[in-house]
Amino acid sequence: MAQVFHKSANNIAKASIALAVILAGLSFYVITQLARSSYLTGAYLEKQQPVQFSHKHHVGDDGIDCRYCHTTVETTASAGMPPTQTCMNCHSQIWADSPYLEIVRASYRENKPIEWERVHDLPDYVYFNHSIHVNKGVGCSSCHGDIANMPAVYQVNTLQMEWCLSCHRNPADNIRPKSEIYNTSWVNNLTEEEKKRLMEEYKIRPKEMLTSCSTCHR
Amino acid sequence: MLKNRLLGLLTVMLLFLGAGCRYDMQDQPRYEPYEKSDFFNDGRASRDLPEGTVARGFLREDKAFYTGKKEGVTNVQVQTTTDASGNTVVTTFPDAVEEFPIPVTEELINRGQERYNIYCSVCHGPTGNGDGMIVRRGFTKPPTYHDDRLRNAPVGHFYDVITNGWGRMNGYAAQIPVADRWAIVAYIRALQIKQNPNGVKPLVAESSKKAAETLQDKPESSDKNTSQVKTELAKNQKGGVR
Repeated sequence: MAQVFHKSANNIAKASIALAVILAGLSFYVITQLARSSYLTGAYLEKQQPVQFSHKHHVGDDGIDCRYCHTTVETTASAGMPPTQTCMNCHSQIWADSPYLEIVRASYRENKPIEWERVHDLPDYVYFNHSIHVNKGVGCSSCHGDIANMPAVYQVNTLQMEWCLSCHRNPADNIRPKSEIYNTSWVNNLTEEEKKRLMEEYKIRPKEMLTSCSTCHR
Repeated sequence: MLKNRLLGLLTVMLLFLGAGCRYDMQDQPRYEPYEKSDFFNDGRASRDLPEGTVARGFLREDKAFYTGKKEGVTNVQVQTTTDASGNTVVTTFPDAVEEFPIPVTEELINRGQERYNIYCSVCHGPTGNGDGMIVRRGFTKPPTYHDDRLRNAPVGHFYDVITNGWGRMNGYAAQIPVADRWAIVAYIRALQIKQNPNGVKPLVAESSKKAAETLQDKPESSDKNTSQVKTELAKNQKGGVR
């Protein structure tokens, strides 16, 4: 009886097994990389806002403190979006007739909020609280990047769980002195000694507690 | 070959699966702060308190603390004058309280310095001369704190202006909680005394003199504002008295 399969079928079978393994590995790699890519996380994508508000101008050039507008960042979960009145504290006089700011003035006149496009949006199954972070030595720029030098705000991190955990597993390298919390250009030059002192000063809890499921998923 | 095709198909299906499980948990049917709402007419999910209601613990009985005004003085007429920058400024303060309604401590001054540098120095300048960055950008120059009119002004006047605004300055009640406003007033007093040690009326500034003494002992830079502000300021830490 003649052979059903050609002799080369042996090799093809072997090769296809190898190929299957490689393909599985490759697709795993592609999927994980794709999940971390800015295409899916939205990182590094500037959003078009109704008013082209520049943090670089207001914070970087004018030196206005983050908390002037984000008033509740030290006390509540939400950092606080300023009401239009906060804009008008200055823009009642500065650039008061600029067409550029007509949306702001209209919002103030008609008592309607400006509809900003949200840039940083955590999934709803995550509990996040700004106040605990800024009160325990995590600066704005640790998550938001050098906002004071961004003309338009974009997300600089993936906001994925592995990114949160990278800090919760190793807080010592990610905290800074109280005076530098709102300095978004701060560079970490702390010695091991200083880091240790900060960990004690802020009473940072042990790693096991910071990485417990219910710390973030409540 | 079929196997490879199947694998490819499986990969694509896995991708879809990844995308499919995302949304329900990601965007749950509840409002986040400032989220848009289709339910309310004005589109805002964040609601104001219904008119005429008082939240538990927020009854403002202490008039001096919450308004900076004296008890029993009504129908007041203030006198005003126009300064060099064209600001209309008050020269009489008939209903403003003259003593701080909370104890002036080093912690209060430190807190005041920190808050002043966030909210006030942008216009009033770091020392209160009225030469802040926003003024350099074109905003009308506010009056300096360091003239006899404001050195002799009662503390309640500063509190009232922070709360309700005056002239071209908007009120800061929405941005600065009550106890923080008093902390800022204490720091303004400290600035005044430091700039002109003998100029402030002792009667007005008895409590703030103590403030200036503590300020003089501490270094100019504010690198250790770590201390938690106790007593009244504790109210701010818990949700904030607005």
